[in-house]
Amino acid sequence: MAGTTLVTTAPSPAPTPRGRPRGTRERPSGWYLAPALAFFGFFAVLPMGLVVYLSFTDWNGFGFPQPSGAANWERLVADGEARDALLLTLLFMVVTWAVQTPIALLIGVWAAGRQRNRAVLSSLFFLPLLLSTAAIALLWASVLDPNFGVTQALPFLDRFNFLGDTDIVIYTVVWVVSWQYVPFHTLLYQGAARQIPHSLYEAATIDGAGRYRQFFTITLPLLKYTVITSSVLMIVGSFTTFDTILILTGGGPGTTTRIAPLYMYITGFSGFEFGYASAIAVLLLVLGAGLSLFVTRVTGFRAMQSQQEGL
Amino acid sequence: MTATALPTRGASAAPVPPRPRGRRRRERPNLLAGLLSLVWLVLVAVPLYYLVSGSLRTRQDYLSTNPLVPPSDPTLENYRTVFEGGFPTYLLNTVVVTLATVAIVVGLTLPGAYAIARNGGRFVQRGFSLLLVGLAIPAQAAIIPVYLMITQMRMYDTLLAVILPTAAFAMPVALLVMVNSLRDIPGELYEAQTLDGAGPFAVLRHLVLPLAKPAITTVSVFTSLTAWNGFLFPLVLTQSEDTRVLTLGLWDFQGQFGTNVPGLLAAVTLSVVPIFVLYLIGRRYLLSGLTAGFGK
Repeated sequence: MAGTTLVTTAPSPAPTPRGRPRGTRERPSGWYLAPALAFFGFFAVLPMGLVVYLSFTDWNGFGFPQPSGAANWERLVADGEARDALLLTLLFMVVTWAVQTPIALLIGVWAAGRQRNRAVLSSLFFLPLLLSTAAIALLWASVLDPNFGVTQALPFLDRFNFLGDTDIVIYTVVWVVSWQYVPFHTLLYQGAARQIPHSLYEAATIDGAGRYRQFFTITLPLLKYTVITSSVLMIVGSFTTFDTILILTGGGPGTTTRIAPLYMYITGFSGFEFGYASAIAVLLLVLGAGLSLFVTRVTGFRAMQSQQEGL
Repeated sequence: MTATALPTRGASAAPVPPRPRGRRRRERPNLLAGLLSLVWLVLVAVPLYYLVSGSLRTRQDYLSTNPLVPPSDPTLENYRTVFEGGFPTYLLNTVVVTLATVAIVVGLTLPGAYAIARNGGRFVQRGFSLLLVGLAIPAQAAIIPVYLMITQMRMYDTLLAVILPTAAFAMPVALLVMVNSLRDIPGELYEAQTLDGAGPFAVLRHLVLPLAKPAITTVSVFTSLTAWNGFLFPLVLTQSEDTRVLTLGLWDFQGQFGTNVPGLLAAVTLSVVPIFVLYLIGRRYLLSGLTAGFGK
């Protein structure tokens, strides 16, 4: 079964350049990139253009989108709910970054060391990486259940309703997302910390620098680009956090966890206002790409590029 | 000056997981980070323990006892219930989606990366930049037009509808990893092959393909995880039970099972088993695959 589907799907969208004439020159022709480019262009770049067009239309999901001028954009500017969703997204982004970065940095640097128990411990705390977002959200919904959850069996924690209290539910979401992604960022930091030449620490020790001095003068500066990479991924990730919240809280209670991607999804696929949802999507696209560009540029875009090339 | 030393070190270590470097680093234990790691370990272990132990409980046991106490009378009944539901179908769908996505991504990025690494033409480099922009683009922003395109192409509610966009959005990272790996192949090897009269395609097949195996593995692992865990595209582009994938199936179980939490926990546990087995077999590939392409 699996095999037959594979055979029919793989070659159809863009055949590999098997039939290309064998060039007489030694270098491969640029056409070798064409299938990948065409495929990516059709399913990823074209939609980016299309979503801008759709934001100027009225479309209920059936039939064809009807041009509606700037109506969606005028509505978006005046929409208090959209503004709230956007502010909530920013809050979520900042808090998620602030929670994950120190934890991942410290554990990553620690795990970069070389002792036996570290290997075992690190492979244990990477386990959340194996669970899908859906599985993690369902697991935590059950762990935090106000009646039968694990938190209800623990002292102190049992006084909180993590998923029902409008004041703390957004931080609950931050926690679940962090639980899922801290191991990943820890891996990034662990890999980077291992690349730091040992001799630097030896020299610092001879100069009499203590551990914390060494951390702030050697480790942290040399991990600068990892911090950037990791931060960019977290920022883009915050804009795409969607399935966790949909499963965990559905955006509620009320609208307390309805961040912008979820607002877009609900507007489009539950409210059937695809034109208006497209306007929100454009906003997400611009903000997401803009923020990650901003972060990379302000903190040394060129340098990161050359690092990528050195990979 | 130290910063310039980093990329060269990275270059040699990139395709292979980091190997032991240096002997003991520091004598004194790092208390703060070590303590934090232990706290984190507990925070990871407790929910996972709850997941597995909860899936072995009867419903009465679940409702009446402390969730942290081991089940008094472990049962596999929940697993049977899950397996008699739609689970096998969802699993098969997920496997098909995953394999097809990997085939497309590897099949397209390998020749693409070969062109990028060996052809400095403007078309190729612009194309590479375009694909790299994809790294910063949230897939959500594209979901409405993708939905429109898929319905117009009459592919709605098919597995292909999930496979194609998933592959497209997995492509930038995959290409980045492939390009970085192929750039490490010494130019002399290409020249030697060319002197022997091999055309670009023969070079791709007999030189690039074998040497890119670590990168192909990494890309396959990364793409598999993306496809296996995909939620948004299946949610929006499929509908019927026949095309439901595992992640959506789990979500559906939540509604369907109502208060049968042990059943839900069994379903979640089962959904992790295939990845967990993979993890046990190829831990280093999996871990390097997860962080592939993301800097030093």
